[in-house]
Amino acid sequence: MADLDRLDMTFTALADPTRRAILARLAQGEATVMELARPFAMSQPAVSRHLKVLERAGLISRSRIGTSRPCRIEPQALAGATHWLEDFRKLWDARFAALDNLLEDMKAGHEPGPYDH
Amino acid sequence: MYHHTLGIETRGKRDLVMTRRFNAGKELVFRALTEPHLVKRWLLGPEGWVLKTCEIDLRVGGAYRYVWQHAGRGDEMGMGGTYLDIDRPDRIVHSEIFDQSWYPGTAVVTTRLSEADGVTTFEATITYESEEARNIVAASPMREGAGASYDRLDGVLEDLAAETAG
Repeated sequence: MADLDRLDMTFTALADPTRRAILARLAQGEATVMELARPFAMSQPAVSRHLKVLERAGLISRSRIGTSRPCRIEPQALAGATHWLEDFRKLWDARFAALDNLLEDMKAGHEPGPYDH
Repeated sequence: MYHHTLGIETRGKRDLVMTRRFNAGKELVFRALTEPHLVKRWLLGPEGWVLKTCEIDLRVGGAYRYVWQHAGRGDEMGMGGTYLDIDRPDRIVHSEIFDQSWYPGTAVVTTRLSEADGVTTFEATITYESEEARNIVAASPMREGAGASYDRLDGVLEDLAAETAG
């Protein structure tokens, strides 16, 4: 369930347009809070709150060195989020393949009865 | 047997659309989608999960409920909703909410079936309550890249099918 909790945090973090924009900026390279705050017309504490959400979700990491603490993107966490859609597709692919087989049975007159398992 | 390709795409701001073709008439497909003993045959869970409960009250205002159980651990995940409109065998509209939902609000699913030459085209449009919810599901920042690679895969599968047929 730890994976699901992490995924939940990732999706919550990604749901906000400002945080997505911050990630897009960090995809270009490291940046400090001050550098990130500039294009968003937002106070530094407000940006810091967004960064905390992204950091908890594992989407970014922050350097412990010095006072500027530059932020950097963690591409592996993003890859975890894209896997969800792949899993969704795999699940529905399997379901529809099973539905294909069921429909073939029904067409052939081998329909399962209500009490068959 | 060649399986038709599953299409998944975002549409507008709040929709996710799934399309799939089936080699059967729409009346059969409609029954397979709505009769519990048939639904149990194909509505699989993720690997290791089995559909334990499948209850369907197929009338406008009627409820449905699906519960999957993990065969080893025994934990459950469920979902359900209400039928909002039924036009047999062409259209079903139902609401959808998961017990442990990972996106905010209830989704509305409109399923359309159309038939030509014995092949039924299934199109399910999932409309989320907000753009935010749709984007959580579709993980929108990465969606374009995934879509492009799936489109390529679709192309490859179609070529393979054409080669096999020819």
